[in-house]
Amino acid sequence: MATTEPLDPLLRDIAGPTPGQMMRKRILGHQGLLLGAVVLGVLLFVAIFAPLLAPHDPYAQSLMTRMEPPVFLGGDWAHPLGTDHLGRDYLSRLIYGARVSLLIGAVAAFISGVIGTTMGVSAGYFGGRVDMVVTFLINVRLAMPVVLVALAVVAILGGSLQVVIVVLGLLLWDRFAVVMRASTLQVRNREYVAAARAIGASTPRVILSEIMPNIANNLIVVVTLEMAHAILLEAALSFLGLGVQPPTPSWGLMVSEGKNMMLFEPWMVVIPGVVLFVLVLAINLVGDGLRDVTAPENRS
Amino acid sequence: MLTFVLKRLGLAVLVALTVSFISFSLLFLAGDPAAALAGETASGEDIEAVRELYGFDRPMIVQYADWLVSALQFDFGESYYFRLPVASLIVDRLSVTMTLGLCGITFALLTAVPLGVAAAIRPNSVIDRVALFLSVAGQAMPSFWFGLILIVVFAIRLGWLPASGASSPAHFIMPTIVLAYYAMPAIMRLTRAGMLDVLSSDYVRTARAKGAPEGRVLFRHALRNAIIPVVSLAAVQMGFMLGGSIVVESIFALHGAGYLAWESIARNDLPTVQALILVFSMFYIVFTFLADVLNAWLDPRMRSS
Repeated sequence: MATTEPLDPLLRDIAGPTPGQMMRKRILGHQGLLLGAVVLGVLLFVAIFAPLLAPHDPYAQSLMTRMEPPVFLGGDWAHPLGTDHLGRDYLSRLIYGARVSLLIGAVAAFISGVIGTTMGVSAGYFGGRVDMVVTFLINVRLAMPVVLVALAVVAILGGSLQVVIVVLGLLLWDRFAVVMRASTLQVRNREYVAAARAIGASTPRVILSEIMPNIANNLIVVVTLEMAHAILLEAALSFLGLGVQPPTPSWGLMVSEGKNMMLFEPWMVVIPGVVLFVLVLAINLVGDGLRDVTAPENRS
Repeated sequence: MLTFVLKRLGLAVLVALTVSFISFSLLFLAGDPAAALAGETASGEDIEAVRELYGFDRPMIVQYADWLVSALQFDFGESYYFRLPVASLIVDRLSVTMTLGLCGITFALLTAVPLGVAAAIRPNSVIDRVALFLSVAGQAMPSFWFGLILIVVFAIRLGWLPASGASSPAHFIMPTIVLAYYAMPAIMRLTRAGMLDVLSSDYVRTARAKGAPEGRVLFRHALRNAIIPVVSLAAVQMGFMLGGSIVVESIFALHGAGYLAWESIARNDLPTVQALILVFSMFYIVFTFLADVLNAWLDPRMRSS
């Protein structure tokens, strides 16, 4: 229909809501998704506008104001979340830390997503030998202990933000490959794919414009899972001292630095851990929510 | 069944070989191993001597073959740092890691399976929502942080449990919990999904129609079938857990294989790192192989795939 004239009320009752309306209703009715999206949105905002929001320079040390407690433990408002062992403002480091976590999560998930999706879709679409090779590579990848290999490679190449991102990106493609392969297998023999082939569409075209749009919802869910995975792994690597190096404000590193003061100043460990938890929880809630909303029939 | 086992075994061996090649290649990623071994003050001649002594001057593939043949005989060379055979170092440390892994998976199963069953019996009830919340929250909690919080609360504030070491069973309580909680969400979800599926099946309805008591229906008829995929998931998780023990062992200063891995990486002790990657991979490969065979034995439909 070219015109967007409102339908006759009677007709609208018969036709029911449009797919778009149904989707909007499902999104707005999903509390977990909304909560996750709001929290993630806030953290993204904080990360992008870190220089405007941070009260102090996250790298500025001050021997005069070391280990000041947060406001709720009797500190003053000059440093709302206190200062660390080098006198750096904790809130500012936390705010800049959001940048590190989100950057690592997003870029690592992007790299592994490109690798894993290429492998998974080719395996599912072409089958045969391609499938055998991809399945074998997935098996090999799963057999390697991620934390150990990531630690070893980062230690060999030297810990920096770029190295950590690339290493995680090159390691975390397995779930993309598994899920994309299974999803492609499900749709590759559908009528619309056969129809596209019948009218002479080339293989890349069939994959890009027939297969991909129909498995995109699963892809988005895996992206969120792997973002969360990469963020947690970076924090663990940095915590072990073999990830992002000081003085970068990484939340994992902050937990590690606070560990020595844990006996007297447990807040130094608690605060970065809580924000890490909240970020990962928000990403997972968005992922779970998107799966429910895009494939309501698969809800468990 | 035999064909399935043989095929699966062949795959396992191929995967193991590939992993061994990758972990061996790490040595070359690190740059010149001879220069690293000889130390910073070594002259060019010293480095050449070390290169010849350790055989680094041969082609990589020859060195790999050599390493592999030794590794098959459980000889991984000598640790750069400890100056001891790597194999004996690892064997010494493995008992702690294996104990931790077994405790971890047992604890995870003992908590996650009942929770999953309870959640499936009453979908959308309070207990189901609590279980779901715990599994979502559990997946988001960084394990190193969880470990530290446990230390602050139970070791420092309450003084109930020792914070580090491995000298008594009490030392394993917190590490077990930290290692287990990461596997719990997946086991819980799979148990719940399996139970929901089975509880709506025909044979459960038949059992109920016969008048079988509810407890008997749940455990004899339903759980027995729902638990099959959980068993194989547990085997896979056990493999992951051994790999994940590196974080837990370093927090609680448990001197197991994971701790050894952390030390060796920090000290650039490559023969030990290579051997540990291989050993942890082998555990994973063996566990998944056993899980697949067990699955095929319990469920003949799996044999064809």
